[in-house]
Amino acid sequence: MTTLAAPPATRIGAAKALRHGLTLARRGVLKIAKNPEQLADVTIMPILFLVMFVYLFGGAISGDTSSYLQLVVPGIMVMTTIQASVTVGIALNTDVSKGVFDRFRSLPIARSAPLIGAVLADLVRYLVCLVVLLVVATIMGYRVGTSVAAIPVAMALMMAFGLAFCWIAVWVGMLVPNPGTVQGLMAVLIIPVSFGSNIFVPSETMPGWLQAWSDVNPVSLLADTLRGLLNGGPVAGPLLGALAWMAAILAVFFPLAMRAYRKRLA
Amino acid sequence: MNDDIAIRAEGLVKRYRETTALAGVDLEVPTGTVLGVLGPNGAGKTTAVRILATLLQADAGHATVCGHDVRRDPVGVRSVIGLTGQYASVDEDLTGAENLTLIGRLLDLPKAAARARAAELLDRFELTGAGGRAIKTYSGGMRRRLDLAASLVGRPRVLYLDEPTTGLDPHARNEVWQVVRGLVDEGATALLTTQYLEEADQLADRITVFDHGRVVADGRSDELKRRVGGQTLQVRPTVRSDLDLVERILAELTGASPARDDDAALLTAPVSDPTLLSAMVRRLDEAGITADELALRLPSLDEVFLALTGDAATRPAEPERSLV
Ligand SMILES: Nc1ncnc2c1ncn2[C@@H]1O[C@H](COP(=O)(O)OP(=O)(O)OP(=O)(O)O)[C@@H](O)[C@H]1O
Ligand SMILES: [Mg+2]
Repeated sequence: MTTLAAPPATRIGAAKALRHGLTLARRGVLKIAKNPEQLADVTIMPILFLVMFVYLFGGAISGDTSSYLQLVVPGIMVMTTIQASVTVGIALNTDVSKGVFDRFRSLPIARSAPLIGAVLADLVRYLVCLVVLLVVATIMGYRVGTSVAAIPVAMALMMAFGLAFCWIAVWVGMLVPNPGTVQGLMAVLIIPVSFGSNIFVPSETMPGWLQAWSDVNPVSLLADTLRGLLNGGPVAGPLLGALAWMAAILAVFFPLAMRAYRKRLA
Repeated sequence: MNDDIAIRAEGLVKRYRETTALAGVDLEVPTGTVLGVLGPNGAGKTTAVRILATLLQADAGHATVCGHDVRRDPVGVRSVIGLTGQYASVDEDLTGAENLTLIGRLLDLPKAAARARAAELLDRFELTGAGGRAIKTYSGGMRRRLDLAASLVGRPRVLYLDEPTTGLDPHARNEVWQVVRGLVDEGATALLTTQYLEEADQLADRITVFDHGRVVADGRSDELKRRVGGQTLQVRPTVRSDLDLVERILAELTGASPARDDDAALLTAPVSDPTLLSAMVRRLDEAGITADELALRLPSLDEVFLALTGDAATRPAEPERSLV
């Protein structure tokens, strides 16, 4: 909107852009409801990891499965959020390649509206995935050690993280030709970031170089923050680090994503 | 700006890496008329439509739609246009009704009005029964029709139709023609690209022929026909043995040697003077010859099209090579 230089240009106000964004977010949610299997992909994988790690390695790592559960659930919440945030890139890429964006772009709506819509719909996705994960974890024996009020705070933190991290997926989604490539490329990024962290094992057990990375890995910092919030323990330290990462990811990838978005749609 | 020209384009150029899709195209579509854009595959029709619909930026030249500059005021352009692209651009996962309602909402219609408009358009395109089904279950023709309906939600003043009837059955094609005529009667302007010359003949007030990114001809359908082929006189005698005699008469009248098609027992000669038809009738009568067919005809638009864009005629043929 702001890039249109000439005076007589018809403009779309922020309120209207947001309203159109919400309309398109509703479309995104409707699509989630119609294709629950797509959501299942992002939900089931972390749950599989949860079950596998708890019963396979839990005893070996933490002595018994129930204390391992306390360690691993907050970490898998972070992993779930990261995985769910890939979907926004896939959804946008699909819309572009299927021509749906051409339809939107021929309408007098803000250029940002489809993007706002996709990202807002993503929030619903994070929420559903995290709730399912917590329900399964609770059935397996996970217990919040602080207070129930910590759950919405943890959820909000994950949403904020998802909102920052999703710009990487948006960027990749706007650069590559088809939806499958978005998935593949994001996996290359996500797997080392997820596993090179303290989600599954405390970093003290790692070789020096890996420990050094794991200790500054945003996934570790977020997992530690959630552990503090949900299980009890220090919050401020890891939270600060996590927020710094989120700000950095936003600062780098939001402009990149916006540039790629504009270019793809130019 | 000028109110009676709805779409005006000057010198549009669009280059891709090694292809020049548009090499300087001028267009002018008066308000309330239909411009038919014809051209072989790759001529640049879709590129022109996308530029005029603000989906693509031209490398050079400028264009206005209802006075809105496509580059400087794209939102203004979008608020007056409806676009049916060459490929359907609807959401496969949503139903027909949901797609149309979504567009209505994005065009700021209240919820109830958006639903009502969706129902009205589904009805108009005979999709009411399928309105509640996801688009991915639609046939190609149904998709096309829904896409067309989607471009009409906002009652656009200017409609772009990029091959709107490709893949439609004759009934659905007629329906689309009806809709376009109806819209134009109400004052809308349409730019229509098509591969069906009959469609251009039927709907378009003027026809522009594209080839290799340039306008190679422009005018009313009958003007183009006259310009390209001129008129011909065709005679098919009832009795085949009269062919020789008729050939002689025809040659005498037109001063040209007629083309003779022995299989069809048809003689064709170019004429410049349409009154020759009555002379021909008289001469045949005097000679006591009856004819199954006797007509003065303009070339078909297909012939015009081939003459204007006939690659085969202008490009040297591949030298034949022996395989051994
Ligand atoms: N995105 C693109 N990248 C590269 N070349 C392109 C692109 N889009 C179009 N072209 C080229 O530009 C030329 C014109 O294409 P265009 O789609 O406008 O043709 P058309 O007249 O619509 O053809 P058709 O009848 O097949 O739809 C073609 O040579 C095409 O290959
Ligand atoms: Mg085309």
